[in-house]
Amino acid sequence: MKLLTHNMMQSHVKGISRRFPLLIKPETVRVVEQEFNPDFVRRMLGRIEYEALQQAMTWLGHEGKLPKDCPSEDENNEDILKAIHHALLEVEMVEGKLVCPESGREFPVKNGIPNMLLNEDEV
Amino acid sequence: MRPEHTAPPEVFYNTDEAKKYSRNTRIMEIQATMSERAIEMLCLPEDQPSFILDIGCGSGLSGECLSEQGHHWVGMDISEAMLDVAVSERETDGDVQLADMGQGIHYRAGVFDGAISISAVQWLCNADKKGHSPPKRLYQFFKTLYSSLRHGARAVLQLYPETPDQMELIMYQATRAGFSGGVVVDYPNSAKAKKYYLCLFAGIQQGQAQVPAGLTDEMDTATNTDRMRTKDFRSAGGVKNATRKQKVIARKERHLRKGKTTKHSENTKYTGRQRRPKF
Ligand SMILES: C[S@@+](CC[C@H](N)C(=O)[O-])C[C@H]1O[C@@H](n2cnc3c(N)ncnc32)[C@H](O)[C@@H]1O
Repeated sequence: MKLLTHNMMQSHVKGISRRFPLLIKPETVRVVEQEFNPDFVRRMLGRIEYEALQQAMTWLGHEGKLPKDCPSEDENNEDILKAIHHALLEVEMVEGKLVCPESGREFPVKNGIPNMLLNEDEV
Repeated sequence: MRPEHTAPPEVFYNTDEAKKYSRNTRIMEIQATMSERAIEMLCLPEDQPSFILDIGCGSGLSGECLSEQGHHWVGMDISEAMLDVAVSERETDGDVQLADMGQGIHYRAGVFDGAISISAVQWLCNADKKGHSPPKRLYQFFKTLYSSLRHGARAVLQLYPETPDQMELIMYQATRAGFSGGVVVDYPNSAKAKKYYLCLFAGIQQGQAQVPAGLTDEMDTATNTDRMRTKDFRSAGGVKNATRKQKVIARKERHLRKGKTTKHSENTKYTGRQRRPKF
C-alpha cells in the first residue's frame, strides 16, 4: 500500500465522525522505484492532506524527508516534487495494520492488500 | 445459469476462476476492450495523468488499461483470489483493497477524477447474506461513490443486468444518490457484442454533458479487424509467453492504430517494466 492510497482512504465504519487518517502500524515496509511524473505530483498537491502524509512517513520510518510546508500547485522545483513523489508512490507498507482513528477498528494489511471488509453490524 | 445465482462473489471468484483472468486470452481481450471503452467515456483531460477508482477491479486487467494510458488508479474487490492475481502475478501499478462495494467506498470526498467498473455492479442486485437489502446496498454504494468523486467527474460502469427491472433499480438508486447521466448500449443488434454501460455524472459537467451514443455494428467490423491484428501478434510468440513489455507495446500500437494517443507514446526503459523493490 502506497501512501498516496493511504492519504485518500478513510474509515467507513458506521456512526463515527473522525474517519481520517487511518493510523498505520507497519510490520514490513519497502521502497519501490517508480517513474517520476511532475504533472501528476502537482495535480495531487491540491487534494492530499499534507500533515497526514508527513505523519505516515514518520510511521513508516522515513521521517524528515518531506519539505516542512506543502508546496503550491504550481511548484517547479524538481527536488521538492521528487520528495513528494517519493513519499506518495515509492514508500509502501507490505504487512501491518491500519487502525480507525475513532473506533479503533483494525484493518489487517497482507501482501500490500488492506482488508477493509466490515462485519454486517458495522455497516 | 448466471454466476450471480450460483454463489456469493467471494466464493464464485475462487483461485480457479481467478486464473482465467491471467491465462484465458479470450476473456482478457473482452475485458480489455470493455475497459478501454469505459475509459474513453470518462472524457478525462487529454494531457494529464488522472487518479481513478476501479470498482470490482478483480485481477487488475481493467486497471492495466488505465496504467497504459498513463493514469494512476486504486482498485477494490471482494475476492481475495482475484486480488492475489493482481498483486502476485500481474504486479499492477495500482494499489488494491479487499472490500465490498455494497458497504460503501472507503475514500475521502472529492479525491477521484473518475471511476470505472467492468462486469461487477450487477452482483449488488443479489442478497447474498442475511440482512442484505439490494436497494440499500446499491444506495450506499452510489452515495459514497458520488462523494468520493471530484465535482464534474464521471463514473462509467459496464454491467450485465439480468432484467430491465434490475437496470431500473440500479439507475433509480444512482439518481437518488445525486448522479445524472444514463445508459449507453453498444452494438444493440448483436446478441454477443451487446454491452450496457451506465455513464454517470457527479455534478455539472464541463463542456459537453450528453450521454455518449452507443457504438453500432459498423464499428463492430472495425473492432473485428482490430482483433485479427491482435491475433497476428499472438501467433508471433503468443500473448501467454509474451513479456510484459511486449504486451504493453502491442496494446500501445493498438491504441495508436485507433487514432488514440497514449500517455507515454515513446517506448522507454520504463515501458512495461516490472518494478523491483529497492531496499
Ligand atoms: C467479471 S469480474 C471482472 C473483474 C475486472 N473488472 C475485469 O474486468 O477483469 C467481476 C468482479 O467483481 C467483483 N465483485 C463482485 N461483487 C463485488 C462486491 N460486492 N464488492 C467488490 N467487488 C465485487 C468480483 O469479485 C470479481 O472480481
